[in-house]
Amino acid sequence: MKNHQPTSAAAPIMDAAAIQRALKRIAHEIIEQNADLKSVVLAGIPLRGVEIARRIAEFVREIAKIDVGTGVIDVAMHRDDVGTRAQLPVVRASKLPVSLETRTLIVVDDVLFTGRTVRAALDAISSFGRPARVQLAALIDRGHRELPIRADYVGKNLPTAAREQIQVRLQETDGEPDAVWLLKE
Amino acid sequence: MNTRWSRKDLLGLRELSADEINFILETADAFKEIGTREIKKVPALRGKTLINFFIEPSTRTRTSFELAAFRLSADVINISASASSLTKGETLKDTARNLEALHADILVLRHSSAGAPQFLAERLKSSVINAGDGAHEHPTQGLLDLYTIREKRGKIANLHVVIVGDILFSRVARSNIFGLTKLGARVTLVGPSTLVPREFEKLGVTVSHKIEDVLPSADVMNLLRIQHERQRKEYFPGIGEYTALFGLTRERAKLLKPECLIMHPGPINRGVEIDSEVADGLQSVILDQVTNGLAVRMAVLYLCGGIAS
Repeated sequence: MKNHQPTSAAAPIMDAAAIQRALKRIAHEIIEQNADLKSVVLAGIPLRGVEIARRIAEFVREIAKIDVGTGVIDVAMHRDDVGTRAQLPVVRASKLPVSLETRTLIVVDDVLFTGRTVRAALDAISSFGRPARVQLAALIDRGHRELPIRADYVGKNLPTAAREQIQVRLQETDGEPDAVWLLKE
Repeated sequence: MNTRWSRKDLLGLRELSADEINFILETADAFKEIGTREIKKVPALRGKTLINFFIEPSTRTRTSFELAAFRLSADVINISASASSLTKGETLKDTARNLEALHADILVLRHSSAGAPQFLAERLKSSVINAGDGAHEHPTQGLLDLYTIREKRGKIANLHVVIVGDILFSRVARSNIFGLTKLGARVTLVGPSTLVPREFEKLGVTVSHKIEDVLPSADVMNLLRIQHERQRKEYFPGIGEYTALFGLTRERAKLLKPECLIMHPGPINRGVEIDSEVADGLQSVILDQVTNGLAVRMAVLYLCGGIAS
């Protein structure tokens, strides 16, 4: 994620209220789709996926009065492009429940794009164990998939050109007000 | 999110910045977690070839590098001095160029001559990792010591770290001195004046020849191995006298703060530089050092070997 600043005074695609509404709706959908909510673990992909997973878990608690598990699934060491880029991605420790066998693992990320990060996440998850099922939640689905991967829960579908960039900013991870920006190159 | 690392080689801690050292330690945190997984292996270096080229004997360091490479999915070949063509008169440079011609991506080198890793790093496209060169540096040992202190004490800055033993011949001591002083620790070297000359004070450390003086204020005691194989008679009269003057005996250990860590790079000479029951006591983190060495070496291999050439 490059550190571009928004180009002009243009309004963001989503503001803080819109992001919260989208995450609340995802929480409702997760409750609806998973009869056994106690088996659900929300595993965020660093950095922003972790914060988004935390917020969704909070909404689930508010709505259903059930604590769903949360975790971290880092994908940097499972990527398939190590050695082809001049700079390496920063690796972080993953944190998942010890036994995944009976759990529904929901992978959470900010932007779903090519699907390669999700592929790496699936690979990483398999080294921890074999979850009963794996689902995918993303705040933004911007299209341009390069792999047969789709999201189960989407905050906003955002058709983009490949050259455009989606920039998600969250107060907790970026120290800026919550917003989703569309940056044209 | 990109890294603060751009080196293909790790030759010593002297040339690294505090930020680079901290970055390796942070990366090692991530790799330490892999040891807790059901499947302790990630594909980060899949398709890369690592050659463990050990001109001097070593079990622990070589095994640690080998296991680190396995856990990163690299392919590993081990070459020892006796099995190499060096015994047939081939030069180090020619041997290394042949290894590179086999498309080795990472060369882990242990050599009796200081500077051998740098000599190769300047001539090869492969990454060169120094696994100990003469009395110069042993950077991954220095890093795993830093990592262990940081893990157990939560910080390194302002801690008083005492290194005892044969400093003059110790590459472990040098890497520790560079790393610790860069991260803001206070370092005292202890040993007989023949093995701990005052000249070391130029490196920003204190030299002491009386272990009792430093025990009460130590936050970390790092006992170096008395290297029988390197000792010559003139440096100290005998092992017994060394133990009597500088060994961390049960009696001396009572002078330490309860939270003081006891470290040793191994292999231990029980009853020489450290008493058996001190080495196995509650303050000892000697086996944590071994576990952490694996995570630190994974981090170093990932960072140096993952750079696009």
